[in-house]
Amino acid sequence: MNHDKPILRYTANERTNHWLVAILFMMAGLSGLALFHPALFWLTHLFGGGPWTRILHPFLGVAMFVFFVGLVVRFWRANFITANDRLWLRRIDRVMLNKAEGVPAIGKYNAGQKLLFWTLLLCMLVLLVSGVVMWRAWFSQYFGISTLRLASVLHALAAFVLVLSIIVHIYAGIWIKGSVGAMMHGWVSRAWARHHHELWYRDVTGDKPPQGPTRKKG
Amino acid sequence: MASQDIIARSATTTAPPSIRQQQAVAKLIDTTKCIGCKACQVACSEWNELRDGVGHNHGTYDNPQDLTADTWTLMRFTEHETADGNLEWLIRKDGCMHCAEPGCLKACPSPGAIIKHANGIVDFNQDHCIGCGYCITGCPFNIPRISQKDHKAYKCSLCSDRVAVGLEPACVKTCPTGAIVFGTKDDMQNHAAERIVDLKSRGFDNAGLYDPDGVGGTHVMYVLHHADTPRIYAGLPDQPVISPLVGLWKGISKPLALMAMGAAVVAGFFHYVRVGPQRVEEDEHPAPLDSSVHQVDPAVHVYDPGRPDGPGEQRP
Repeated sequence: MNHDKPILRYTANERTNHWLVAILFMMAGLSGLALFHPALFWLTHLFGGGPWTRILHPFLGVAMFVFFVGLVVRFWRANFITANDRLWLRRIDRVMLNKAEGVPAIGKYNAGQKLLFWTLLLCMLVLLVSGVVMWRAWFSQYFGISTLRLASVLHALAAFVLVLSIIVHIYAGIWIKGSVGAMMHGWVSRAWARHHHELWYRDVTGDKPPQGPTRKKG
Repeated sequence: MASQDIIARSATTTAPPSIRQQQAVAKLIDTTKCIGCKACQVACSEWNELRDGVGHNHGTYDNPQDLTADTWTLMRFTEHETADGNLEWLIRKDGCMHCAEPGCLKACPSPGAIIKHANGIVDFNQDHCIGCGYCITGCPFNIPRISQKDHKAYKCSLCSDRVAVGLEPACVKTCPTGAIVFGTKDDMQNHAAERIVDLKSRGFDNAGLYDPDGVGGTHVMYVLHHADTPRIYAGLPDQPVISPLVGLWKGISKPLALMAMGAAVVAGFFHYVRVGPQRVEEDEHPAPLDSSVHQVDPAVHVYDPGRPDGPGEQRP
């Protein structure tokens, strides 16, 4: 077996899809934050002023949702929560301190990544539905005032949760060295795969599970 | 307009220029004196240079059917049958109520698109309006309308341009029965009190002034024969308030949410500073692995990169 050959974690299509969503998230997010609080209204200048921000934001949001559906189709099966994930979550304190002892081996995604996936999906759905209701140019006339008010609250709440989740997601990329590369050029080292996603590593490389009940070392 | 007499400004977290003290003004609409001639609608249209399109007759006297970006005031006609079988024709001149605590201003995300003057007039500045329609979402009275021509919000300005130079609003000037009067809010309340005494002496026991507390009082007030049931006047809200949902949407939750987002970024930074990055040593040898978990991740059934040198992708 070739022990220094890197492993392909994301194909070119997967990477392209991810970064399309990321770019659209930044644009939809910044234009939305511009209207979220007066302190951020200056962000409208990035989009050509207040009216242009209002015009562009919903189109950016819909485009983000459409491409996000692409990510969901690609990755949803890898994001089922398992009993192993609950153990991982109980050991989250050790994970946060860069300690590997007692942290269970995981598959393609750890429990944090899986929770992020489902949180993003929920937020995106709420944002889409409430955003359509709030889309004054086309759809708001079909809804009552109570629906509009509820949609406004839910849109802001879902956007808040989404932004927080993405802050965590981006930080995880900065913190875990090698993961940005996985999404940029697609490849990870064997050591990286074994360390962070051992079950996935075994599966894609055909490595045998180890013998005996020894505990994993850091 | 001088800029010094603005006491509230949309999407602004500091005090606007507010050095001037001015008496609060109010328009009093006496529904018991109104004959439904619509002269006020015409005067509004003339003074403000608004020409709404010709609509359709829907079998009622309401014309046009609803407020629009080009119709800032509208007579709403209601045929009301009293408990003892009398028919009453209730006519209410609808339009912006100029709330002391305006829901539109609270909801507006664009700095300065909605302002409140020291005399109480709530005015839209279409030059700063971005057309999002949040003012409609915030309004307890369903007043603002977005124009389909320019996607700006419009509503009654209480003729702020006329009032600023000491004139009464156009609708007041034209009203042939004196059903609409204008002056300081105190004077209008006193005038209304006299009218209510008169109405009660004529058998309207529930006559009263509509100046709802829920929005801090309004600078357009009604004298109603049935002040106990404002809703019979074509849906005038009994207890108008800025919706709790709008309060939640635009209240303390927004700055808190902003702080939480900032705190998340700062927390990440200090986690990096204190704990540091996770790096994997590239020459790490396969360590004895934890075999206590035998579960195979579901991902393995679909993720099929095949061999590390699989099809399509070459290592860089």
